[in-house]
Amino acid sequence: MSRYSVFSVLKGGLTGQKHWTRAWRDPKPQESYDAIVIGGGGHGLATAYYLAKLHGITRVAVLEKGYIGGGNTGRNTTIVRSNYMLEANSFFYEKSLQLWEGLSVDLNYNVMFSQRGVLNLAHSDAQLDAYARRGNAMRLNGVDAELLNRDQVRKYAPNLDFSDNARFPIAGGLLQARGGTARHDAVAWGFARGADRLGVDIIQNCEVIGFEIENGAVKGVQTSRGLIKSEKIGMAVAGHTSQVAALAGLKLPIESHVLQAFVSEPLKPFIDGVVTFGAGHFYISQSDKGGLVFGGDLDGYNSYAQRGNLPLIEHLGEEGMALIPAIGRIRMLRHWGGVMDMSMDGSPIIGKTPIKGLYLNGGWCYGGFKATPGSGWVFAHTIAKDEPHWINRDLNLERFRTGRMVDERGAGPIPNAH
Amino acid sequence: MSAQPNRLGGFGHINRSKPIKFSFDGKSYTGFEGDTLASALMANDVKLVARSFKYHRPRGIFSAGAEEPNALVALREGARQEPNTRATVAELYDGLVAHSQNRWPNLKYDTQAVNQLIARFIPAGFYYKTFMGPFSSTKLWMIFEGFIRKAAGMGTASGLTDPDRYERSQAHCDVMVIGAGPAGLSAALTAAETGARVVLVDENPVLGGRLRQERMEIDGKPAYDWAMATAAALQAMPNVRILTRTTAFGYYDDNLIGCIEKVADHFPVPPDNLPRQRWWKIRAKQVVLATGALEQPLVFGNNDRPGIMLAGAVRAYINDFGVLPGRRAVIFTNNDDAYRTALDLLAAGASVQAIVDARSAPESDLIQAVRAKGVEILMGHAVTNTHGHFALQSVEVMPLVGGSPREISCDLLAISGGWQPALHLSSQTGAKAVWNPESCCFLPGPPKRAERSAGASAGQFSLYACLSEGHVRGVEAAVAAGFKSKKSWTIPTVAIEKPARTEALWEAPDSGGHPKKFVDHQDDVSSDDVRLAHREGFVSVEHLKRYTTLGMGTDQGKTSNITGLAIMASLRGEPIQAVGTTTFRPPYTPIAIGAMGGSEVGQHYRPRRRTPMQDWHLERAGEMLPAGMWERPRHYPAHKGETLREAYIRETAQTRRSAGICDVTTLGKIDVQGPDAAEFLNRLYANGFAKLPVGKARYGLMLREDGYVYDDGTTSRLAENHFVMTTTTANAVPVMAKMEYYLQVVWPDLKVKIVSVTEQYAAIAVAGPNSRKIMQKIVDLDISNEAFPFMGCAPCMTAGVPSRLFRISFSGELAFEINVPSDYGQYIWDALLEAGKEFDMVPYGLEALGNMRIEKGHVAGSELDGRTTAEDLGLGKMLSKQKDFIGKALAYREGFVADPRKKLVGLVPVDGKSSLPNGSQIIEKADTRPPVKMLGHVTANGFSPELNSPMALALLEGGLTREGDIVIVASPLKGLSIPAKVTNPVFVDPEGKRLHA
Amino acid sequence: MFRLTCPHCGPRDQVEFNYGGDATVAVPDLNADEQTWFDAVYIRENPRGPHTEFWQHVAGCRQWIRIKRNTQTHEILAYGAATGPMSDEATTSEGSDK
Repeated sequence: MSRYSVFSVLKGGLTGQKHWTRAWRDPKPQESYDAIVIGGGGHGLATAYYLAKLHGITRVAVLEKGYIGGGNTGRNTTIVRSNYMLEANSFFYEKSLQLWEGLSVDLNYNVMFSQRGVLNLAHSDAQLDAYARRGNAMRLNGVDAELLNRDQVRKYAPNLDFSDNARFPIAGGLLQARGGTARHDAVAWGFARGADRLGVDIIQNCEVIGFEIENGAVKGVQTSRGLIKSEKIGMAVAGHTSQVAALAGLKLPIESHVLQAFVSEPLKPFIDGVVTFGAGHFYISQSDKGGLVFGGDLDGYNSYAQRGNLPLIEHLGEEGMALIPAIGRIRMLRHWGGVMDMSMDGSPIIGKTPIKGLYLNGGWCYGGFKATPGSGWVFAHTIAKDEPHWINRDLNLERFRTGRMVDERGAGPIPNAH
Repeated sequence: MSAQPNRLGGFGHINRSKPIKFSFDGKSYTGFEGDTLASALMANDVKLVARSFKYHRPRGIFSAGAEEPNALVALREGARQEPNTRATVAELYDGLVAHSQNRWPNLKYDTQAVNQLIARFIPAGFYYKTFMGPFSSTKLWMIFEGFIRKAAGMGTASGLTDPDRYERSQAHCDVMVIGAGPAGLSAALTAAETGARVVLVDENPVLGGRLRQERMEIDGKPAYDWAMATAAALQAMPNVRILTRTTAFGYYDDNLIGCIEKVADHFPVPPDNLPRQRWWKIRAKQVVLATGALEQPLVFGNNDRPGIMLAGAVRAYINDFGVLPGRRAVIFTNNDDAYRTALDLLAAGASVQAIVDARSAPESDLIQAVRAKGVEILMGHAVTNTHGHFALQSVEVMPLVGGSPREISCDLLAISGGWQPALHLSSQTGAKAVWNPESCCFLPGPPKRAERSAGASAGQFSLYACLSEGHVRGVEAAVAAGFKSKKSWTIPTVAIEKPARTEALWEAPDSGGHPKKFVDHQDDVSSDDVRLAHREGFVSVEHLKRYTTLGMGTDQGKTSNITGLAIMASLRGEPIQAVGTTTFRPPYTPIAIGAMGGSEVGQHYRPRRRTPMQDWHLERAGEMLPAGMWERPRHYPAHKGETLREAYIRETAQTRRSAGICDVTTLGKIDVQGPDAAEFLNRLYANGFAKLPVGKARYGLMLREDGYVYDDGTTSRLAENHFVMTTTTANAVPVMAKMEYYLQVVWPDLKVKIVSVTEQYAAIAVAGPNSRKIMQKIVDLDISNEAFPFMGCAPCMTAGVPSRLFRISFSGELAFEINVPSDYGQYIWDALLEAGKEFDMVPYGLEALGNMRIEKGHVAGSELDGRTTAEDLGLGKMLSKQKDFIGKALAYREGFVADPRKKLVGLVPVDGKSSLPNGSQIIEKADTRPPVKMLGHVTANGFSPELNSPMALALLEGGLTREGDIVIVASPLKGLSIPAKVTNPVFVDPEGKRLHA
Repeated sequence: MFRLTCPHCGPRDQVEFNYGGDATVAVPDLNADEQTWFDAVYIRENPRGPHTEFWQHVAGCRQWIRIKRNTQTHEILAYGAATGPMSDEATTSEGSDK
């Protein structure tokens, strides 16, 4: 397996790029593994990678029912940020962001993480105050943040509506300059290749259909390709967490909702960083290919359909026009949906379950993509040590029972409100 | 060069009496009404129109429709500029201006064409393998990325506000027919004849579909005549609505079809009375998909040069637009259909140098007819390479088995890889496409919704099948929608054809030199890229698409997806069905985001809620602040130049000294009536309401089911069975919905009716020591402290208006709130102003309102943030121990009671001067080097004239146990670290004497 | 955008309704214990398939109604008022003397 570099690509240019081999193997499942990760999305692959790399557990299988990166990893709007207010989220997402910053080199795979900034717009002083609270907390936690006034926002994103015609004029915003976007598919592929090189078996088209549980401890999984044994099994199947957990008899504080995403025709540079609208729910960035990538609210009802409906699309059109009046003549090229694990406080769940050896990674709500390396990092730790890292300690499943919520929006146990 | 050198006499449906001037890349041309930009450019012999995405290869016009991958232009200029417009669907209008894009300095000399020279070094996904290092940071990558971003993209957005209007419309129908070719026209006609309400949509300006583009006969006359006659018949039927220039872009749940009608895109500027585009939502009981088929290209060396065109498109340009795409043509095909192109070219006076047919020995009438014209037919051959830079000059042709290449000179290569039904809408319903090896295409899967496909979109490619299937499906749809098929139908007479079988040829062999063979023209994905993807394990169709960007262009792979996946299937050694298609995502063709937004733009983005006194505020307020959809006055400057700070401090001081008046209409008001009203409120609120006497108001605290504080407000008992409740402005709507939920779902046995009366009443607060004197002037009630004590409420007449008076206070002063019917709001406001004149009563805005509540330590939105408990807010005692209420069961969980929780305190700056900005975090020491443990945060701050000091409310770990401590109020965002003393949150009148005065 | 049948108003577009979540979760008695309330407030079956759920007809009669909907296909399977039988359940003849 050749190392990726500009030289290997140049060399390939002389030989028709024929020297490349599979980025990851296509192994048959073995009878047993030291650890199994269910779900070949970014999180599952990252978990396997860090298990092998940092914890010396290399007899690991990643079981994917379809093709890797085919779920939310390949459906999101690729935003990476760590602009969280609450401690339980702040340190976790910041760890993740730091991993992102070195990920391409670490994986020897360019995940195209580009730190062009994430700007949350405020349209009133009260909203600016709320952002100040968050930004101050970020700064004191060691995360970068800047509060921008209207003129500074205009400098950062000149195409926004600064006219008198704006229904909710822009007052300012909170900028995290280290935030940005990454190439979503590449993250799955990079982790897959990295894990594979460390000996991890990535097994596609292998659906988990049941768990082997004895005396409250997990012993293996039944799959569409037979029984595979392991005493450490991690679930990283966001979108379908309730379904897989139910196979182990677990009921969770999670609902599945559809979130739509959109991309426009490719354009020459139009908007630099990520901008979120504060008088609605709309976020937009531009991919390296030139497409404007945007999204907004959930459709609002439980769904596993991976596609949404027109009311939300109309809503996004209104919000897009309210934010960037020049967007009217740009055309939307494609829209699709992903299935979100919406947890009851809007924050993820990464930790142990009541079943020994079975670990849960889910409830990602909107936040899954940006968390990918951090999630894998702490989940690998949790699986390897059978206890959470301090960074994910508060993101446990028990918090719902004890009332120690991690509720960034303060919306309460209403999944579609987060 | 003569004007329109390629225009054909005697062909086409363009209106030659209406010449139209247009320009492309600054050069002026003339076309005719009925032209597209593509047909007009072709008429003027413009062959080079675009550059490709990655290699900047010269490209011409490839198709005659929505599937166009190459001929993308920037249409119009200035604020109306539309990047990436397909010239093949842009209708020509007078003065049309278009520019080529993605080239510099111009189309002919494009510096980035250098990418062709380094193509071998930038295969699919090269960026994943490069630009990573050497350091563990994103810096180096971002430098490269800057170049990539500039090089990528196609067109340029203007960055200017779109000046045009969009609107939305809805329709319901029994049968919706999508596509008005032979099948769609037939289906619409038969469905309509049953009496069903029919909507027929077609993306083109004129009905007829391929009948406009082919030389065929129906009932012995040109098929075009039949199409026009049928269109006219449909037009005349009252139960039929025809929407032309309307693209059905998506098939959504419950047979809702999203459509875009291009109302005015064929005008230079939309007429005043018309929107640019209309967004339709059409709900159909039954749908007939007659969306036709898309001709697929063939993959061979240098298959992208200007002059290489789909065979069906060649016929369209000749027959519909009267344009000859080339004079010396070669045709390369794997099916019979392209033979029609030979006949049409011959009829138009062009020469056909050869037909290169990949099939070994097909035979049919059509082939015979072409052979009879003396055209050379090379069976079992393929085109393997082409020559010419800005225009095609020759092709290399080689037998598929044995033999050596031969060069044929030509200026047009018409290609056909067979036709693929346009399955987009069918597939969006969840119907899984089925591969049909007979006709080498995917057919629609078994329907999942009330839809059926007819004609070419169902793989029925002959004219006879289109007409007959259209008839059958139209009747079938109408019957399914509940109508009766009334008579026997006669299918028009057409020639029955027996074409020879199509044989797949996914990729032609090389004749040496290994030229690029493009699968996806727009994104420059070659068959080598597909092989690279396979080699590296990206073998699932979704991985193939994502890794190579195959089918990701503005055409969404309409002419590339099938070929790409077929090549992958052969590499995998699996049948095409097993490999499957990628998901067909809406929209069918790209849609303007402006159309998505409809007319809800600018000031109309959201409705604006107005209180009855809004105009008065607008005249006098220094600023209006948004409060949801409401807007509220922030302050009322006494004179020009008075700052916000000066104004709100003055308003606060004057209210506390004498009197102030404030519009509080926006608070939610819910009328609660019925014998069980008291019981209902008693369950809803955490504190008791069962025993609230008539004529009394009470402050109520509501919890969420999870035990956190939800909302607060005063609720008054007007009569035994009649309460009026107030909520916060923000929660007025959700609280109402929640109350309805409990009444309808959980406690339907409770006899209570509720109604929101927020907008029925204007609410005005008058506060301050003189408020009684002012109020007494205009109410007919004795409001002395004895007769109308604190928390009293009563109906009364105010200046002759029936109203309700409440003695409640948010400011902490002696205060009254009066509710009057909205229509009288301004009248009573004026009356109160008049009454208050002698006391120098001031109007006060949101800022003073907030300032006074901070002085009193009253909680509001920034403390009720969904994460605070009653105990946190110092309201723990309100949670009744005597009764059960919503939220009680979960309000005493471990996390609610265990310290450290952040609790409400007051803060004053140690220096007595510095303000304590909202959103500041509270820390122990002045050292802000991270990570710093945060003890709490400032929720609200103001300036108390009575203390003559800034003050703030905060949530702080330990709460009042820290009273007297000095903490640091830190705002690293603003570079501030201010020592502050922890105090009781009630700064003014802690005993509450003024309230009871 | 699907259509929901309001038992009081008839079939209407989804946009007239607000979603109200899983309708199979019964709100416990106010005096029920913490565990019962915990399950009701936090724990969801979250089925992939038929799901009985609340919607409120906010742009119509403001009644809370129940819809049985397939969460995988969005197909509407049945409807009912806030309480009582759903349209696909047999109604008992008892008490229907209205």
